[in-house]
Amino acid sequence: MDFGRISRRHLLQGSAALALGSTLGVRGAAAAETTVGFIYVGSRDDYGYNQAHAQGAAALKKLPGIKVVEEEKVPETDAVEKTIESMINLDGATLLFPTSFGYYNPHVLKMAAKFPKLRFEHCGGLWTDKDPKNAGSYFGYIDEAQYISGIVAGYSTKSGKLGFVAAKPIPQVLRNINAFTLGARLANPKATTQVIFTGDWSMPVKEAEATNSLIDQGVDVLTCHVDGPKTMVENAARRGAMVCGYHVNQSPLAPKAYLTGAEWNWEALYPKFVKMIVAGEAIPNFYRGGLKEEIVKVSPYGEMVSAEARKAADDVKAKFMSGDYTIFKGPIADNKGKTVIASGTDRGQQDPELEKMDYLVEGVIGATA
Amino acid sequence: MTTEAAESVEAAGVAPAADPGFLQRYGASIEYILIPGAALVGALGVFGGFIALYGKNPLDLYFYMYYGAFGTWFSWQNTLTRAAPLILTALCTALPAQLGMVIIGGEGALLIGALAATSAALALQGAAPIVVQIAMVIAGMIGGGLWITLSGGLRQYRGVNETISSLLLVYIALAVLNHLVEGPMRDPASLNKPSTREIGAANMIGTIPGTDVHWGLVFGLVAAVAAYILIYHTTFGFAARVAGGNIRAAKIVGLSVGKLILTVCFLAGSSAGLAGMIEVAAVQGRTNANLAAGYGFTGILVAFLARQNPLAIIPVAILLGGISASGGLLQRRLGLPDASVLVLQGIIFVFVLASDALYGRIGFLKGKS
Amino acid sequence: MADASLGLWTVPLAVFGGAIRVSTPFLFVSLGECITERSGRINLGLEGTLVMGAMSAYGISYLSGSPWLGVLAAGITGALFGALHAGICSLPRVNDIAVGIALMLLGTGLAFFLGKPLIEPTAARLPAIDFGWWSDVPQVRAALRINVLFLIGVAIAPLLYWAFKTTRWGLLIRTAGESADAARAMGHSVLLIRLRATMVGGFLAGIGGSFLSLFYPGSWNEGLSSGQGITAVALVIFARWDPMLCLWASLAFGGAAALGPALQSVGITSGYHLFNAAPYILTLAIMIITCSPKRTLTGAPAELSITR
Repeated sequence: MDFGRISRRHLLQGSAALALGSTLGVRGAAAAETTVGFIYVGSRDDYGYNQAHAQGAAALKKLPGIKVVEEEKVPETDAVEKTIESMINLDGATLLFPTSFGYYNPHVLKMAAKFPKLRFEHCGGLWTDKDPKNAGSYFGYIDEAQYISGIVAGYSTKSGKLGFVAAKPIPQVLRNINAFTLGARLANPKATTQVIFTGDWSMPVKEAEATNSLIDQGVDVLTCHVDGPKTMVENAARRGAMVCGYHVNQSPLAPKAYLTGAEWNWEALYPKFVKMIVAGEAIPNFYRGGLKEEIVKVSPYGEMVSAEARKAADDVKAKFMSGDYTIFKGPIADNKGKTVIASGTDRGQQDPELEKMDYLVEGVIGATA
Repeated sequence: MTTEAAESVEAAGVAPAADPGFLQRYGASIEYILIPGAALVGALGVFGGFIALYGKNPLDLYFYMYYGAFGTWFSWQNTLTRAAPLILTALCTALPAQLGMVIIGGEGALLIGALAATSAALALQGAAPIVVQIAMVIAGMIGGGLWITLSGGLRQYRGVNETISSLLLVYIALAVLNHLVEGPMRDPASLNKPSTREIGAANMIGTIPGTDVHWGLVFGLVAAVAAYILIYHTTFGFAARVAGGNIRAAKIVGLSVGKLILTVCFLAGSSAGLAGMIEVAAVQGRTNANLAAGYGFTGILVAFLARQNPLAIIPVAILLGGISASGGLLQRRLGLPDASVLVLQGIIFVFVLASDALYGRIGFLKGKS
Repeated sequence: MADASLGLWTVPLAVFGGAIRVSTPFLFVSLGECITERSGRINLGLEGTLVMGAMSAYGISYLSGSPWLGVLAAGITGALFGALHAGICSLPRVNDIAVGIALMLLGTGLAFFLGKPLIEPTAARLPAIDFGWWSDVPQVRAALRINVLFLIGVAIAPLLYWAFKTTRWGLLIRTAGESADAARAMGHSVLLIRLRATMVGGFLAGIGGSFLSLFYPGSWNEGLSSGQGITAVALVIFARWDPMLCLWASLAFGGAAALGPALQSVGITSGYHLFNAAPYILTLAIMIITCSPKRTLTGAPAELSITR
């Protein structure tokens, strides 16, 4: 580009980024602030996915020398590319967190190639060797937390029927459903999970209808995987069912019905990332972890959770924390009777096979298509 | 060819002015700039007042709007990128408006066009990129064209109101897209973001040299100029405008209104379908739910603000592209909600519609009438 | 099957329950639009009014603690939007369909803008009346926990039917809708009649919105309306401007919306996206069946721009 002002800015920012670690280390010497850009696909106060990230961003704001700029409701089109460029060109951002799964390919990849000296941290865990080195994609094994929720749900259900309001039958969602069910069946081998797919990430009326349909089927504990669990939590509580939350802690919405929940712990991870940069360490491009790595956490137990359930859940949690527990441990059959993980095969969290999950385990009522 | 009176044809449903007097003609041209300009200024004033009530300084608002939309070369590129699809989707409303029809289903035609274009590209894998690209253009235009022709046909042969039917078809198109993308057309490798297979990097249409703006902008400009020539400088366009002014008169002079409706609807849909093809071939590289980003709906606004004139669509699309380009800056610098863009669009729309009443009423521009 | 479950019976029950739960916004918007259209104007902006009503009801209920004040606020907001629509449409040469689209955009935008701080808090909800006390089956009891607004809506339909037929203002509205000239000849201001009809229509649509945020699904967020307002406008056309048919059509719509999740809950899962589109497909199908190019629709107000 031959446009003096902008290209000079680019150069400045490029070198700033190159020296990002040292700049942060010797703060006050050179640049005053590092600007971090956060991009959300929905409203950042949705009691769900976006709020979890916004809480992480809020934790960053407390760090000295860090300036956070945020933009919400940015669609997964070239709009996100332009938002990234705008944050870089107009706000001087050098570290970007595009937090929606669908931002990665092609948008984040394109931007990472265009600004090779800036750092991109995408939430989704999608980075592969072919992708630019300045792009990273992190994600959490939130199925561990779902598994704990499942254990609590299995102890708490009276009907033995659990319900799951899900958006789309994609591997991440299926993995949560399966982990939740396996956890529940640990507590109650006869427990079943009925799943309803609403078709999209934010469909309040459908989510409410799904919640009601599930409860009509005799379900008495519900959880979900949609962007904003508020609708499910409130409607289930109104019908007297118990709930396990998702994304963030929803217990303020239904303190009596809230058992526990699977939460992101971005407010622990994001400051950690920035501190790693300060210390001059490279963040691995593919960064993942679960309870042990403090990327996910479990909501505090609600008052309805029995002592027995707490103990069982805490035991398993302790094993996750020490790193010697496998959720997907053969033999596991799907709900059509086919063996999907053979006896003797342990599929640990890092196993790429789990990323391709296209089945629902035995005990789940529902279909993937 | 048609008389100059055509220049002063009113928006949908109003007969061409009877008297092509010089003063009137001259006055009308000035009116077309003066009245929308005044409406725009009025709308910006009201929006500024609204923002002031919200506790922000309107002058900051205007500055950031200008800065984010047109203040830097980057901002210009951001604006033009966003304007590109709007020109095409606006034509989807503006062309049928010549016949007095209100089509608001451009979003549906865009989605179907994208699906058709993607299908064509996937069917022709291995062919030369230029062949694939041409096939995508044709398929996208036919797909989108037929979708809106459906509304036109229902209106002509069943008397179904085209406004409502085209809108319902948007929801149906979205369901069809989701169904295909998550089912029959799904790329098994698109794990957590259900999508079709990629059309391939070689088949992408890329950006205009020296800029970040993709070729969609040129497609839009060409389509708008072509539509202008079609409407104002061909017999076909003249016939359409006659039919738009008075169906009975059109029948008396022997025009085949049915054929006109179907052809115009096809052309309208094909421009929105082309927008869908461009989103695939220039931005996303495949079809998935991200394509439903609302370009079709904003296009309606563009068409009405341009008073259904294809040439006027170009500056109006750039204006609205600029508003949405500056939206991010308003969030980041002024802390305004993302919906500010919607509010401003709504206010402008209301002002421009209300200003319709002023045409022919401004004293000093009045001719002898 | 365990005793707590009704198996396949949940489908009709869910459709029935859904018809009651989901239909109320459709009912209010379509009755409101029915009044407006009978006066000879179409207000496509009711989608915006609905969303605006939902937001303002939630906000007022949250601030005041009284959901009924929220409902009132939603109604007033709706009436103001109606007045704005009618006001702009009364200017010469202004297209009422376009104004509707503009207000759809403005209403949605304003509601999202002002509603941003309301996404997180929990507001007081409208109470439900338990009509299922006689039943031992929890599912039936749940389906029969009905909100008063639904009952009001059901009562308005026959009332409106009667009012159109026999009262003076019903006659005035119909006259304005059938022939503006005739109304003028009788010494009435058509613009004033339409202003009032559009305001009443907006009032009802606003209340329909309050049901969404204050009863079911029962909280405010930006995805609350998935086009219910605009679908309800379409519904008036195939209900042929008859309030009683609006009632039945709304119920059918509510039921159709509940069909997708209910079928999945009993294990019918294929093509759920297509099931989810059922209400829109249904509307279109009914419009295709009931419309005709040869004659104007029975019951269509002659002044209405979309039927001319």
